[in-house]
Amino acid sequence: MTLEATPTRRAETLDRVVIRFAGDSGDGMQLVGDRFTELSAAFGNDLATLPNFPAEIRAPAGTIAGVSSFQVHISDHDIVTPGDTPNVLIAMNPAALKANVRDMAPGSTLIVNVDTFDDRSLAKAGYPASPLTDGSLSGFSVYEVPMTSITIEATKPLGVKPRDAERSKNFFALGLICWMYTRPTEPLVDWIKRRFGNRPEVLEANLAAFRAGVNFGETAELFDHPYEVKPAQLPPGTYRNIIGNVALSYGLVAAAMKAKLPLFYASYPITPASDILHELSKLKNFGVKTLQAEDEIAAAGAAVGAAFAGNLAVTATSGPGVDLKSEALGLAVSLELPLVLVDVQRGGPSTGLPTKTEQADLMLAMYGRHGEAPLPIVAAQSPGDCFDAAFEAVRIALKYRTPVILLTDGYLANGAEPWPIPDLDALPDISVPFTTEPNHGDEFWPYLRDPETLARPWAIPGTPRLMHRIGGLEKEDGTGNVSYDPENHDHMTRLRAEKIAGIARDIPPAALDHEAGAEFLVLSWGGTWGVSTAAVRRIRARGLKIAHAHLRHLHPFPANLGDVVRAYGTVLVPELNLGQLSRLVRAEYLVDAQSYTKVQGVPFRAADLEAKILEMMGK
Amino acid sequence: MSDDNGGGVKLARKDFQSDQEVRWCPGCGDYGILAAIQFLLPDLGVKPEEMVFVSGIGCAARLPYYMNTYGVHGIHGRAPAIATGVALARPDLHVWVIGGDGDMLSIGGNHLIHALRRNVNLKILMFNNQIYGLTKGQYSPTSELGKVTKSTPFGSLDHPFNPVSVALGAEASFVARTHDMDRKHMMEVFRRAHEHDGAAFVEVYQNCNVFNDGAFDTILSKDARPNMLIELRHGEPVRFGEHQELGVVLNRFGEAQIVRVDEVADAALLVHDETRSDPALAFALSRLADHPTTPTPVGVFRAVSRPTYDSAMQLQLAEASSRNGPGDLDALLRSAPTWTVG
Repeated sequence: MTLEATPTRRAETLDRVVIRFAGDSGDGMQLVGDRFTELSAAFGNDLATLPNFPAEIRAPAGTIAGVSSFQVHISDHDIVTPGDTPNVLIAMNPAALKANVRDMAPGSTLIVNVDTFDDRSLAKAGYPASPLTDGSLSGFSVYEVPMTSITIEATKPLGVKPRDAERSKNFFALGLICWMYTRPTEPLVDWIKRRFGNRPEVLEANLAAFRAGVNFGETAELFDHPYEVKPAQLPPGTYRNIIGNVALSYGLVAAAMKAKLPLFYASYPITPASDILHELSKLKNFGVKTLQAEDEIAAAGAAVGAAFAGNLAVTATSGPGVDLKSEALGLAVSLELPLVLVDVQRGGPSTGLPTKTEQADLMLAMYGRHGEAPLPIVAAQSPGDCFDAAFEAVRIALKYRTPVILLTDGYLANGAEPWPIPDLDALPDISVPFTTEPNHGDEFWPYLRDPETLARPWAIPGTPRLMHRIGGLEKEDGTGNVSYDPENHDHMTRLRAEKIAGIARDIPPAALDHEAGAEFLVLSWGGTWGVSTAAVRRIRARGLKIAHAHLRHLHPFPANLGDVVRAYGTVLVPELNLGQLSRLVRAEYLVDAQSYTKVQGVPFRAADLEAKILEMMGK
Repeated sequence: MSDDNGGGVKLARKDFQSDQEVRWCPGCGDYGILAAIQFLLPDLGVKPEEMVFVSGIGCAARLPYYMNTYGVHGIHGRAPAIATGVALARPDLHVWVIGGDGDMLSIGGNHLIHALRRNVNLKILMFNNQIYGLTKGQYSPTSELGKVTKSTPFGSLDHPFNPVSVALGAEASFVARTHDMDRKHMMEVFRRAHEHDGAAFVEVYQNCNVFNDGAFDTILSKDARPNMLIELRHGEPVRFGEHQELGVVLNRFGEAQIVRVDEVADAALLVHDETRSDPALAFALSRLADHPTTPTPVGVFRAVSRPTYDSAMQLQLAEASSRNGPGDLDALLRSAPTWTVG
């Protein structure tokens, strides 16, 4: 039986829509959000997503703490954020409504599963009276849909018990939304069949619930008409949908391929970085070695060992793990070995907000090691860009024999977007030769540097005549022998700093989106690229002049950054921290960079940033 | 003593000595251990460039600097983790891990037990001098209860580890003990460790003549040895004493006890079996002496065969490759639904 979500009533065309699915942690909201995203991606919309879930696997059911949501922004044009305020909220229970309604703009649509609005659930959510009847939602278009009971009815002919049937209600909600936004449903039906193929009763129940949702939209006459969002005209290419952690994993594999090195990945489970381990551990036929170490320290230590032995060594973690890996990173700085540490930033300090996003580890990456221990820092700007950022981090690590910190964040890690599949043949060769011959007469000096890059030779065990011992003690320049000589330590400290600073010559200038006459610069880094781009577009749409520069390289800064920031009367740095890049820019260039900050575990909203810019412009 | 290493070149002790001046305190037990290693290695049929010595921090951890092999002097406690990375990246290498009792049982205790349980192909030599030497004399996790040191002027309150018991508790596949007064014994134990396929843990009693001089005199002085060292020999009854008049039996709780041989039947003596898959017997032997003041077993406690982590990892990679074909990244990138624009 085929299923058509194509409505009989005429659809109204929208250029974009933001939808948020919200329910209990056990309600399957991430799953339906993912499905809707995949459908929309395959349909050709541009899109961006914002999953948001609690750190607890099963927080108490029906409570605010247990609410999980998935926001997806689809459009017929190029978009860069998951959207500020949803146009539609699907609330599976009172807690989901209460936790999310404050993000909804007046006049937007609320679709609630009215079956769950009983006294007990209302009380759990902290509603003294039902918001459906007390008038508090009068500013919204509220649709009360008995999702649970229709799902139970729809699955009854299959012999499904009500308790089990109830679990399929997320597919009912998905069916309804698919009807509302005229999504092609074939791919979803196929997916349900594949995913639940080994559990026929679940498969049939989910299909029935999905169909019931589509049919409800069509027949209930609750909704005046459906909407459509046409495919976006993205740049030519073959696209797929991808989330940041997966893109990052693939970027590492591509980098290993282009470096002609085996990829060695060691990590310890930590939210939100674990998916990188999950992804890479599947890729054994690519020769990827993954070690789930006993702790964060061991993961970093094993990476140092693998780098010494000649593998492409990578370890990933989130903030608390970076704290623990700091000592091993310092060792890698001293040993001058190539290594990439990925920090998927989350809310801190301490355990903080494990599942929420933040950009507050920039200073940690810059300065979070004892002694003078500089290292390069690269940051990804969008989920798909995690691929390129990972490739770039590896390139720098190998060429300069240095640990590199790659910063992403919880939003990039779990967020999705359409991604043009790169042409692998077009990626550069980033391999570096191992040293195979003595470099100082008959001797091998492990710290005799390349005059251009200042990188030391990488001679790996197994190579005859190049046996050498290196360690964390200060080394004599050239020979690498232990040295306590004060002049040598001063010299080596400066050499290590000079080597990293010199990388500025080998990275592209800061990408500047300038507009003639602009005197206001937005300077962004990492995951705030999208929202900064959106805010700048909004400002320009008002006929105002503004420029935008975005940083992929946080250390060293691109060589032109000083000129860029000095060229504008006002420099605004939006960051999900309390002002870290702004401090670095002020210190480095003596420029009065202004800071706009937020640490609420979610990305900025473009409208808020726009308002801040307008305020600063005096408009 | 030298041997042919396959390349037709005979290697000697000097081939494993680096050009760096050895800087331990004069009289330190580490000299004897270093010599035993350097005398042994030419005999193993392994080229210097195929060996990696990895260490943490402490006096013992300086050893890699004196070896003409590859080496990493790492960070405090993390040598087993760093060495795990080396061994997994390059299963073709011979990786030795060197550290002291503080390095391996205090700050690095976690890495040690996990390397042992995983059975990574590492040869771990723990020099136990029951003191922190490099930091000038604080008590260590193997110091005896009540020990007076700079950090315990009123005596240590810490119950010490028995390193062999710890390793057996982690189900290490090879566990042995030797001491710095007997080069021949050390060389034999180190050779066994080298030949073992998997993680090998060797506790080496080592005298720190500056901060804990004579800690092992009670058992290691020439006169004491016959009555205080119990040589474990696989397949033989456990006997010791000047005239082999002492022996070990298991009591009804499975605990090892020292007895006079003439007071029990010969058949009652425990016959050592280092290959028991259950570590209980080796553990019972390890409990005979918690402090080096009573008769103490030396030699190989346990040597069992189980898959090594590094070979298992290689096997998984090979199996995945033969099952799914070699990785095709372009196909992987296109493994999700795709659509084409333009």
